[in-house]
Amino acid sequence: MFSDNMPIEGRIIDLQMQPTVPDGKMTEHHKQLIACHECDLLLREIDLKSGHAAVCPRCGATLYRKTTESLSRTLAICLAAVLFFLFANIYPILGIESRGNGNATNLYGAVSSLWDQEMHFISLLVFVTAIVVPALELSMLIYLLLPLKLGQVPPGLALIMRFLQHIEPWGMVEVFMLGILVALVKLTDNFSIIPGVALWSYAGVTFLMAAVATTFNPRDVWARLDWHYEKNKSA
Amino acid sequence: MSYRAYSTTAASQGLCSCHVCGLISRYDGRTKTAYCPRCNSRLSMRKHQSIQQCWALLIAAYILYLPANLMIIMETGSLISYRKDTILSGVVHLWQTGSMFISAIVFVASIVVPLFKLIALTYLLISVQKQSRRYMPKRARLYRMIELVGRWSMLDIYVVTLLAALVQLQSFAIVKAGPGAIAFGAVVVLTMFASMKFEPRLIWDPLQPKPLKES
Repeated sequence: MFSDNMPIEGRIIDLQMQPTVPDGKMTEHHKQLIACHECDLLLREIDLKSGHAAVCPRCGATLYRKTTESLSRTLAICLAAVLFFLFANIYPILGIESRGNGNATNLYGAVSSLWDQEMHFISLLVFVTAIVVPALELSMLIYLLLPLKLGQVPPGLALIMRFLQHIEPWGMVEVFMLGILVALVKLTDNFSIIPGVALWSYAGVTFLMAAVATTFNPRDVWARLDWHYEKNKSA
Repeated sequence: MSYRAYSTTAASQGLCSCHVCGLISRYDGRTKTAYCPRCNSRLSMRKHQSIQQCWALLIAAYILYLPANLMIIMETGSLISYRKDTILSGVVHLWQTGSMFISAIVFVASIVVPLFKLIALTYLLISVQKQSRRYMPKRARLYRMIELVGRWSMLDIYVVTLLAALVQLQSFAIVKAGPGAIAFGAVVVLTMFASMKFEPRLIWDPLQPKPLKES
């Protein structure tokens, strides 16, 4: 994670002169100018050391990060996360037992049980935030990164990047993990708990999704796209 | 250098940065539609009708906040006891039964965070509408904090879901989700949409020498 007081290599200079940008074309000059996504301050890009982030001098928002091998690392983490995510969905998360009576549930079981109790909105909310969005995020990232890694541009790249940006706030794997732990504590009073395989898998998913969020650098995807664009133009 | 010294925004130069890929294009917001040359997203200088839509979502969240806190979120029945809990009584019960740490977590996620979001967004909207020039960096930080903590209010929804799914032991014990859970879930979703709809650039726009012409 990058905080506001992360060391910045160099200072970002406020652009005082009138910039000249040709219409509708991407040139070197284009790439040097950026605007802060939170306060719209016009800035000139600076080179960063790997692992550092550039911070807006006015509002303190993180502008961009420099990462090494962000695409391949993200791809590797995503592939691992898919595996954990599958286990997390197949196996039971928790089991309870009391006086010979027992019950266990997996993720989808919890969702469908709530649906049967006429709690459709809540059931859908959990289904979307804990299952659908993480699954979409992982599969789309792999769809993007695997071809990029092999030197191709997957069709619909821009559309998927936009979609990923929209659904990202709705993936709440880490909140769900905390929810599991709180439920576990609440249950210990009256029941004996049998932790399921999915509990550990879900912990793995939480960890890996956090790793994806810090490793994935959309800037590298766009840079790769620019590179292909320039190559095709010159060829 | 004081933050007030910075005033050259992209918008003031007739430039617009793409909200998806960040590329800067020449677009002053006066022509009807323009698309990013790199990723083909529609360009807009500021989120469309940010203040109105944010208010609408926020007011809806305020209205639902009452049933979310007053109605039953979870019913717990067993051989020895039967409880109906609202969010607050659930926290108090957890505290009394000794899980103080967990109780504190639930208190923060279900009571502090939603309230903080509602109040902070209201403050941000009012200050932006008044074109206030005060506390700009602090308000920018406040907005980032809202974005960061908002999701954690979903905690109680997940807890109720898991308990209701697990504790179904016929006559021995049963847990049911109550109508308060629906209202609470709606508050979380509405405030998340509201904070997404809020345009942080509006905080800084009063520093511009001449006002923006928005399409």
